[in-house]
Amino acid sequence: MGHITITQILFGVLSFVAIISGVLMIFTKNPIYSVLYLIITFFAIAGHYILLNAQFLAVVHVIVYAGAIMVLFLFVIMMLNLNKDTEPHKPAWIQIAAVTAGGIMMVTLVGALKGADQMKLAQPNDANIGLVNNLGKVLFNDFLVPFELSSVLFLAAMVGAVMLSKKNIH
Amino acid sequence: MSTYIIYKLILVVAVFAISLVIAMYSTYGERKIAGFFQDRLGPNRAGPFGILQPVADGVKMFMKEEIIPNVSNKFLFILGPGLAMLTSLCTSAVIPWGPDLVIGGVKYPLQVADINIGVLYLFGVVSIGVYGIMFGGWASNNKYSLIGALRSSSQMISYEVAMGISAITLIMITGSLSTTQIVEQQHGFYNEHSHWLSWNVFKNPLTFLIFFICALAETNRAPFDLPECETELVGGYHTEYSSMKLGFYLFAEYVNMFISSAVMALFFFGGYNFPWMDQIANPNAVAIIGTVVMFSKTIFFIFLFMWIRWTLPRFRYDQLMNLGWKILIPLSIANMIATGILLWATGRI
Repeated sequence: MGHITITQILFGVLSFVAIISGVLMIFTKNPIYSVLYLIITFFAIAGHYILLNAQFLAVVHVIVYAGAIMVLFLFVIMMLNLNKDTEPHKPAWIQIAAVTAGGIMMVTLVGALKGADQMKLAQPNDANIGLVNNLGKVLFNDFLVPFELSSVLFLAAMVGAVMLSKKNIH
Repeated sequence: MSTYIIYKLILVVAVFAISLVIAMYSTYGERKIAGFFQDRLGPNRAGPFGILQPVADGVKMFMKEEIIPNVSNKFLFILGPGLAMLTSLCTSAVIPWGPDLVIGGVKYPLQVADINIGVLYLFGVVSIGVYGIMFGGWASNNKYSLIGALRSSSQMISYEVAMGISAITLIMITGSLSTTQIVEQQHGFYNEHSHWLSWNVFKNPLTFLIFFICALAETNRAPFDLPECETELVGGYHTEYSSMKLGFYLFAEYVNMFISSAVMALFFFGGYNFPWMDQIANPNAVAIIGTVVMFSKTIFFIFLFMWIRWTLPRFRYDQLMNLGWKILIPLSIANMIATGILLWATGRI
């Protein structure tokens, strides 16, 4: 141990906050509090991005997830006025099935992450790696096709959402 | 290093204090301007010309009885106004208020944080700002509050899209996400190299127009003040609030107005730049005049906000949504594409 840098302290604090609020998000009864904890988790993860010198990713993460997606979640919860009294009681077999499916998912994730320490880190200490400049160059040169494909996917999802929300389609 | 931290701390406190004082006197200014538009006097009892009216209002707010509805969610009810205030004060961090001061050969920038993604930081904080209203409106457990909160958040999300696209257009012109660089590119008033006025509003006025309309909607100001529309919703999202918690919501709106005015001055009207600024040799004189110019532009925009509020009637909700989704968004996309083609044709990119 001995020497602990400020980055390590920040990493520890952010990880603690992220994990604790993630766990609380699942265990809390009130859906509004779940949303609140999820927002805190997103902020902690954005902090991690900043530690990795990816400021652009951090801010976009906050704008998209905390600023847009969670607002829509809150919308749904507020409109339906969900709270613990109205939460439907699920039968035992659904609960068991959910636990089994979640457990399989976790085994897969652990298996996938076992080899993660052999991955080569992409110089996280390079202060310029996360700048918009470099990110844009990489996206539009090396990953142009996946990038464009994902935007087509987005467009399809948007059209689908508009179609679903239309009441009468002739 | 420690002088740097102390300097930044002083700057943070100064910006904080100035934001609050300007917000305070915006309430006074609003009432005076409303009085002028409606051919009456406005506040004129507390102090000469009613100048102490904001102080009296503040004391009144603090002294009033604080009511928390019995059935509401107490934690979220208190969190709401706090969050609204916090996010509205956060945005001032990336705004450059003036050119660098030079004292004893050391440069002191009049900006709290010069981050390379300043524009995105602004949008990030603005997108968080909706939570204060949403939590407050929901926790009140009142249908008017809930409708106000839902209106406010759907309005803010809708207009954020057009605002973001017009900001993309601006970024295409400036080629930078840093607020410092955006303001430095608008140096002076006339650019000899490009033979055109250097402020961004003269390069693309349509972007400014869209941005301005969206800023009105984002700050919940008239004609887009449907979240607190008195004729339909009593007081909107803050119906159940009393005492200083109500004060926080009202105050946050004025701070938001101040910051968005500053942002518009910065993005489109040259920030602290003014004509013939190169003729002044002393950098500190430029810094002081620049800061004064920046605040004058900001105050002009605050006045414009008030002028619009006391002139135009309120939109209907479907008109608001039509304007946002069917007019402003297509217009801003067309503007972005046209700007891109123009930049490509002139060889800028």
